[in-house]
This record gives sequence, C-alpha cells and structure tokens, in this order.
Amino acid sequence: MAEYLAKHLPDWWLFNRLPEGVLHALAYVVVALIHCILLIHVVAVGALVFIWLERKVAGRIQDRLGPTRVGGKFGWLQTLADGLKLITKEDLMPGAADEMLFKLAPYISFCASFAAYIALPFSDGWVAVDLNAGVFFILAVMGLEVFGVILAGYSSASKWSLFGGMREAAQVVSYEVPMGLCVVVPVLICGSMDLVQIGRMQQGWFTNWLIFHDPFTFITFWVYFTCALASVNRAPFDLAEAESELVAGFHTEYSGLRWSFFFMAEYGSMFAVSGLAAILFFGGWNGPVPITSILGMSNEAYPVWNYLANFLGMLNFVFKCCLWVTFMIWVRWTLPRLRIDQVMKTCLKYCTPIAAAMFAGAVAWTFVFPGGLPWQQSFGAKYITRDEAPSESPRAKEELSNEKTAHLPVDFTHGASNWRLAMGEGSE
Amino acid sequence: MNWHSFFFLLFAAVSCGFAVMVVLSSNIVRMALYLIVSLGATAGLFFLAGADFVGAMQLMIYVGGTLVLLVFGVMLTAQGPFVSMKTSGGDWILAFLLSGSLLAFLVPAAFSVSDWRGRAAAAGGSVAAPAPRNTADRLGLGLLGVRVDKLEDRPNRLQAGMSGYLLPFEIVSVHLLVVLVGAAYLARTKRRAG
Repeated sequence: MAEYLAKHLPDWWLFNRLPEGVLHALAYVVVALIHCILLIHVVAVGALVFIWLERKVAGRIQDRLGPTRVGGKFGWLQTLADGLKLITKEDLMPGAADEMLFKLAPYISFCASFAAYIALPFSDGWVAVDLNAGVFFILAVMGLEVFGVILAGYSSASKWSLFGGMREAAQVVSYEVPMGLCVVVPVLICGSMDLVQIGRMQQGWFTNWLIFHDPFTFITFWVYFTCALASVNRAPFDLAEAESELVAGFHTEYSGLRWSFFFMAEYGSMFAVSGLAAILFFGGWNGPVPITSILGMSNEAYPVWNYLANFLGMLNFVFKCCLWVTFMIWVRWTLPRLRIDQVMKTCLKYCTPIAAAMFAGAVAWTFVFPGGLPWQQSFGAKYITRDEAPSESPRAKEELSNEKTAHLPVDFTHGASNWRLAMGEGSE
Repeated sequence: MNWHSFFFLLFAAVSCGFAVMVVLSSNIVRMALYLIVSLGATAGLFFLAGADFVGAMQLMIYVGGTLVLLVFGVMLTAQGPFVSMKTSGGDWILAFLLSGSLLAFLVPAAFSVSDWRGRAAAAGGSVAAPAPRNTADRLGLGLLGVRVDKLEDRPNRLQAGMSGYLLPFEIVSVHLLVVLVGAAYLARTKRRAG
C-alpha cells in the first residue's frame, strides 16, 4: 500500500515537486497513520458501545431499564455524555504521588491494550502487521497492560491503590500460565502461530471451527475464557478494583480523563481477548455457513466480490467478538466476586491442571486422528512425505528413510510466499 | 537513510538511553519502568530484524520478568511509601569497572565479525530491511534437530547427531524445575511442631 501511494502521490499537483525520498517517507507515514487511526477507532468506538451495553445489560439483569434518555431511544448516547462529563472533571493528583509515574500509568495500560490490535486480523489478510508469531505477540503485549495498573497502584501513594495493584500483579502473573497453555492447543492443531493462517484453516462449515475439532479443544476454550476474564481484570476476578473493600482499587486516586483511559484499556483488551478467542476457537472471520464461498465470492479473480466477502468476514468477526464481550458482561453482573485465595485456587488447582490435561489430550487426539474427524478438513501444514521429497541421490533417499524427521513441513527454501500457498492448499 | 535505519537508530537510542537512566535513577519503581522501556526497545530491534518470535519472547520473558521483579522489589524492600536506593561511591567504582570491562570485551567482539561490517559498508552505511522469514517454524525445527541452515542443500542436511537442541533444552528445563521446587520448599510456611 505504501509503495502504491508513493508511486501515485505525484499525480496530485500538491506533491509533484517533492523529491522522491520525501514522497516515500510521506507515503509510509500516511499508511501507518491510516492503520493506527482505524485501530484506535476500533478501541474507542468499541469502548463507547460496550460501556452503553454494559449499562443496559446490567440494568436488565437487575430488573431495571438502564439508560433510556440520552440520544433518544435506548439511551444510546449515554457513553458520550459520560465522556463529556469526564472531560470537564478536575484532574486531581494526590500530593504525595510520584507525579511522572502517576501521569504515565493510564497511557501504559492503554498502549499495551492497543498494541495487541496490531497483530489481530479482522478478516482474511486484514491485519495491520501480519506477524509470523501473532498469537504469541498478542499474549506478550496484553501481559504488559498490568504494568500500567501496578504503576498506578504504586504511584498513587495510597494504600487502597497499592493493594489493588499488587492483587492485580499476582493475579495476572499466575493466570498467564494456564492461558498460555490453552492458547498452545489451537496452535498445536494448526501447526502455526500466524493468526491469519489459523483463521484460514477453519474455512468452511462450522464443523471446521477448532472448538468443534475434538472434545479437548471444547473444554480448552472454556478454560481460556476463564483465564481471559481474569487477565482483563473483569468480575468475578476484579479484585484489583474490589469497590466493596478497596474503595476503587488501583484507580482510587484517578479522576476525569485519566481514569477513563483505564476503562478504554479494559474494554479494549476485552475485545482483544474475545477476538483471540474468535480466531483460535470460533473460525475467526468464517461464518458458520460458508455463504461467500458457496456464492463464489471469495474468488481472487473478482477483486470487488472478494473485497465484499472479506468485509462480510470482518462483520462476522466483529459479531463474534461482541458476542463474547456481551458474555463477559453477563458473567460480571451474575457472579459474585471471588476472594484472593479463591482466585489463586481457581488458577493453580483448576485452570492449570485442566489446561495441561487438555493439552496432552489434544496431542493424543491429533496423533490418533491426524486429519481430524471424517467430516472435518485436515488441519496442519501439508506434510512432505518421504516419497514426495526431492532427493538427488539414492544415498540421500536412504538417509531420508532412516531419518526420524523425514516428515518435514513444507519446503522453506522457496521463500515465504510458496510456504503460504502450500499452507492454503493443505487446508482445503 | 531509509525507514529501517531510522527505526534501528531510534530503538537503539531508546534502548541505550533508558539503560543509562536505569543506572542513574534511585527510585526502584522508576528503574523498573526504565528497564521495561529499554527491554521493549530491544524487542523492537528484534522485530525490525524480522525475528518476530524472538521479539515476542523478549517482551514476554524480559518485560514480564521485570514486572515480577518490580512486585517483589516493592513488596520485600519497601519500608516507606517510595523506595529509593542510594549507591555508595565504592559500589559505583566496582560497577563501573565490571561493566566497563564487559563493554570493552563485547564491542571488539561485535566489530570483529567481518560479515556484519561488510554488509553495512555495502549498503552505504544504512541497514537494509531483511526479508521476512518463517522464524518460528525454523526455530521449532531447529529444536527438534533439523539443520534449518542446511535445508538448501538437501543431501547434506541429514547429519544426525550433529544437531538438535532438544536434549540440552530438556536438561535445562528439568534443572529449572528442580530450582523451582527447591525455592517453593524454602519459601513455604513452616509449621511449628506441637
């Protein structure tokens, strides 16, 4: 895209006098900005909608109506009104606080939550940076969000805040273990850490979705979801806030816009973990029924139709994410908060062993049914067997048959593009 | 000067600058913050070099590890509200000597690799963007004993016994497990008899 822009920018009279280097730089900056602005809108508009949704769902669960007036019907502009109220609030800071850290903490939380979106594909190939280790990157970056919370808790110079921050640290550090184990299961079945690749492998009917791949992935998803709830600090795991015991936990001393940044981060990471769940377990942008491919829309030969198919895929993906965010809201307003010892017990005594057992089970399942069940497509990279492997001499062939690792994944030597092609073939 | 060199210089400067600030700061939590920025910029360098997996690993292990360090640092050492560390003159001299000798050892070692110097000179002083590679796959295969660097010449790649990091990896992980069990044993609450 950047190259295209650099080539066509001089067509406009404004830019035709600029030297080539400046044009190139300008094109890259513009393209990067487009990506960033689109993604920031996902986070910001997402937060806007989800906060409203949270109020409505909470209202319904508690047998009341929730917001009804702002913006006419259903109170759909309530969040905007809240935002305006927050902007007009005074920006307070405790006198004893560490000023730099106090001011920095909300932005760290928000940036970490936002950075996860860089590697999150919204449709087939619609991803800002197609990282080869996308799953791993998202997990690593989301783990940084807690750092903002800890800094906020520490720098506020308040005991409530410090307690909240420390609880959050203990919770997130322990829940990273089962969460990592759960995420490894789809990665193992697909043989790739590339989220786009994992999504592509689940093309077709909903039976191809990884959650229906085998009984182990089905349970793994629920463990993942529990850990995701804990890692985004949502009830019943919201001990860092725990307003019944810690005033407001780590953000006790925050007000106004800084406070709202923590909430943007929270809703942003809720959407991100839901997106990860959608890609890893629920087919990503592939609907339950492959309507677009039945209609022949996902054919590369028709760019407009293909674009439309991708757009529908994006709607699919966003719908799935919203579904899981709604589920999180539902859980929040239904279950009571756990105690810290119960939180740790859930992690260490239940989630981690279950995740480990599911991992072992998934390994055994892929060993027994290498291609999945009969009605499923075969997952994983297309393997070159001994017979297919090009071998120059009889001796090499003999060595190949003796070699334990004769089942090599697709040839790397032809570069990344062929690798992807071969993966695509393998998945159909 | 292309974008790649620009970001390389940016990340390198951030990494080095914040590393110096870690040393100069006296507040433990600020130190941890600077350390995280420095390590994060190093992860950026890895991403820039096309090593996605190593970059994500850097973020997860080092930055996550610093987090735990921070929590324990605060929990175990905090007496007052904000912990600060005063470094005595002797410590400064010792640290300076130690890190200086390490630097004096590493810089010539890095510059003695002719391959690195040659490429930079050929590119006219700027660093070229590397072609994206399937780093994670290669790493995994390398761990299992496939000579990924020898995949180009197929007959030679099957040199069994010469490759594979699986056994050393397992030994190290069992080692770490023993250390963890030992630490848990030492740290558990001891009940008094009777």
